[in-house]
Amino acid sequence: MTPDPYFFLVVFCGVALVFPVAPLALAWLWRRFFQAPKPGAAKNATYECGIESLGEAQIQFQSQFYLYCIIFLIFDVESIFLVPFAVAFTGLPFGAFVAILIFLLLLLEGLVWAWGKGCLTWAK
Amino acid sequence: MMEGEMDEGLKGELQKQGIWVTSMQELYNWGRKNSIWPLQFGLACCAIEMIATAASRYDIARFGGEVFRPSPRQADLMIVAGTVTKKMAPQIVRLYNQMPDPKYVISMGACAISGGPFKQGYNVLKGIDRYIPVDVYIPGCPPRPEALLHAFMELQRKIDGQKLTGKGKAEFLKANTPSEFPVPEFGAHDLMPPANPDVFHPPAIERA
Repeated sequence: MTPDPYFFLVVFCGVALVFPVAPLALAWLWRRFFQAPKPGAAKNATYECGIESLGEAQIQFQSQFYLYCIIFLIFDVESIFLVPFAVAFTGLPFGAFVAILIFLLLLLEGLVWAWGKGCLTWAK
Repeated sequence: MMEGEMDEGLKGELQKQGIWVTSMQELYNWGRKNSIWPLQFGLACCAIEMIATAASRYDIARFGGEVFRPSPRQADLMIVAGTVTKKMAPQIVRLYNQMPDPKYVISMGACAISGGPFKQGYNVLKGIDRYIPVDVYIPGCPPRPEALLHAFMELQRKIDGQKLTGKGKAEFLKANTPSEFPVPEFGAHDLMPPANPDVFHPPAIERA
């Protein structure tokens, strides 16, 4: 007799349930009958490499720094384009050289613009 | 079955016949002693020897102790490996307090035992056993990895002998035994208190 094909799924679900629950139940029984829990101030405290933690973990950050991050990301990606330029520098034709200089100029203009807008100063 | 119900000789006879009998306590201790997870925590040059013990040449994994935990919550064993400065001592006691029971301490090397060559220094704690109970002491400066392995085996022997029930029940199972010890604070000249009298029992000096 062939068992129902879904029977294996039921077995699988059963094992998936018993496997994590059994150790937890054993640990609970152990705690109940043998080893009483001993919570304490230090034991329940936040782990901070043995140092007492200062203040709350959930603090607010100022979001002004995001502009700086975006500018960094843009320049970081653009620097990738400069790598093939640097590698092929000696074999470059004049036109390509001028093209990459224009690219660099655009980058510089972007930086000057961001600077002028005050994106690089830390918001107080 | 509980401890003390079966004769050791009978047990041996049964084993010869291929029947293995064990007790809850033996099973529990067998599991515990073969999976001692140390706290990943080094203080000075002894830590280098501890690292060597964990690496492939000495291979502490043979004893089930290779799982160095980065958090005291998951650690069973604190290896105080190196010089304990007075600046560091409160942190060590706090880390020990944060470890769950049952917890063990190996005092590795001369510095952790007594301050070692820096005993006369103004900033070195004269032995970590002033603040936390130590299970195994390893002499040496620094002790070789073999010595640490030996200490590990001694600790395994100790764990194996701990009783779950009855009169000689292990200390950590008793509800009134403290699991945390007071963390010393910086005083004007020294750590306050300089030693925890509940923990620290220096041997009496006998003068002829």
